Amino acid sequence: MEIEQLKSTAVAVRRDILRMVAAVNSGHPGGSLGCTDFLVALYFDVMNLKRDADGKPVFDMDGRDEDLFFLSNGHISPVFYSVLARAGYFPVSELATFRKLDSRLQGHPTTAEHLPGVRIASGSLGQGLSVASGAAYSKKLNGDKSHVYVLMGDGEQQEGQIWEAAQFAPNKKLGNLTAIIDLNHAQIDGTTDNVNSNRDLAAKYRAFGWFVDEMEGNDIEDVIRTLKKAQENPEVPTMILMHTEMGFGVEYMVGNYKWHGTAPNADQLTQALNGLPLSIGVTDY
Amino acid sequence: MKKYEYTEKKDTRSGFGAGIAELGRSNPNVVALTADLAGSLKLDTFIKENPERFVQCGIAEANMIGVSAGLTIGGHIPFATTFANFATGRVYDQIRQSVAYSNKNVKICASHAGLTLGEDGATHQILEDLGMMKMLPNMTVINPCDYNQTKAATLAIADHVGPVYLRFGRPVIPVFTPADQKFEIGKAWTVNEGKDVSIFCTGHLVWEAIKAGEILAEEGIEADIINIHTIKPLDEEAILASVKKTGCAVSAEEHMINGGLGDSVAQVLARNYPAPLEYIGVHDTFGESATPDQLMQKYGLTADKIVEQVKKAIARK
Repeated sequence: MEIEQLKSTAVAVRRDILRMVAAVNSGHPGGSLGCTDFLVALYFDVMNLKRDADGKPVFDMDGRDEDLFFLSNGHISPVFYSVLARAGYFPVSELATFRKLDSRLQGHPTTAEHLPGVRIASGSLGQGLSVASGAAYSKKLNGDKSHVYVLMGDGEQQEGQIWEAAQFAPNKKLGNLTAIIDLNHAQIDGTTDNVNSNRDLAAKYRAFGWFVDEMEGNDIEDVIRTLKKAQENPEVPTMILMHTEMGFGVEYMVGNYKWHGTAPNADQLTQALNGLPLSIGVTDY
Repeated sequence: MKKYEYTEKKDTRSGFGAGIAELGRSNPNVVALTADLAGSLKLDTFIKENPERFVQCGIAEANMIGVSAGLTIGGHIPFATTFANFATGRVYDQIRQSVAYSNKNVKICASHAGLTLGEDGATHQILEDLGMMKMLPNMTVINPCDYNQTKAATLAIADHVGPVYLRFGRPVIPVFTPADQKFEIGKAWTVNEGKDVSIFCTGHLVWEAIKAGEILAEEGIEADIINIHTIKPLDEEAILASVKKTGCAVSAEEHMINGGLGDSVAQVLARNYPAPLEYIGVHDTFGESATPDQLMQKYGLTADKIVEQVKKAIARK
């Protein structure tokens, strides 16, 4: 997809995120906004997805011969849902049901409601890297050449299971796995440095045997370039430290960890949406 | 009364090993995983015959559960193996979210369950696993009684789509069920029929229940002995049919009485057909180091104790 189109899609996704969390006065806008450019680049450009004759993505749980994405930091479900809907997995209008009774769009993603595009429940942190490693292993057993992506938070790096998986993936030569850490330096209780510093993540992952790269997560072109490079390591998994700004795209939210899990009120929503004008031909849900 | 005899004693974990070896030949989707306990789980034959479908995870059980969940995507049937304690309590949240809630076709296969692990002591003797696993929605929980039944259960769970917890153990015990049995998940097996008391037993306690039945018969008490190998889904019909006939019951399991088979039976009776129920199980305490036989004696998981509880239950009718 053209860069301009990707950028206008990202604006629409950011508007979805803000309207979704504001409508139920709950959810996690900060990390969602920070990861918007990454997920738009991934779903609208980088990943090879199974599609029908009309180019619409077709979902099946096994996902053979197509690239897979797993969201480990499930609390940024708003951006995941918006990107899945706008990519064509389910109607964009369904975003209005987010976090409401009987919705397929649960607070944190789940397979229990059979929402197309979701392959694992996430929310309790630290599990996605293991799951993605298993899916990558499964592809290797099947002789399937496609790729597996997983996104994690930087606060999430405090979970012990991450480091079990960090040992596993390089030892099993899972070169078809690319993991991305959303390095926004913020978590619920404050900055990651203050809460429980990750120190030098690049050095840690390198020591575990990963190919470590970095990218600017709010620069779509850099995201695409870096993700494509990651596919070139046939026997070594890639860990990308993705520099993002929490709340990117909404001036008053940028860099403020208080927006990790707080929804904007009506005035704040209006202010935020005014700063994110839709391109011609793109509409809100 | 049917007489049960045995010619050999074997461990149930070897029944699992034989089962998964057979699956290695018959089902190309089966993948075996372990967390540094391949020998204890009797995976040797499977590994030798299918090295590419064996995943050694090292001492990292949480990751093993997550990897198993991921392996199902693409059509594999992962059998994640370790000791029962590390297969459940240690990784409850990983099982809850990535396996049970996500409804993944993962088989959690747990050896060294209960007191009969023996000398390693309480850190390794989990007595709460059946309770934890049966509380998880989507989870099927199976606790077979001997080598042959464990092997048959291992084969059966590969054909069942959905998460399963399969529990077995370390000590050698009599092999008394047929080698060619077909294992039906959720269908209780009537070991012996009687009119005076129902004995609902599972795992290693089934043989003890059979011996208790023989002692009781000498005193003129006829026990209806039912092997509940599937703790969940529970064969409520079989339980109710038996208690309607006998009017009282005893449950017997190598597990904490809180949350185990006995509690499941109690719930069925309380809701449908209240009747006296006595428990054989461990009473709100951890285990300790000793030989399996010594521990089963000390914690009252024996035929003699079942006989005592039967008399109590009958007296309360």
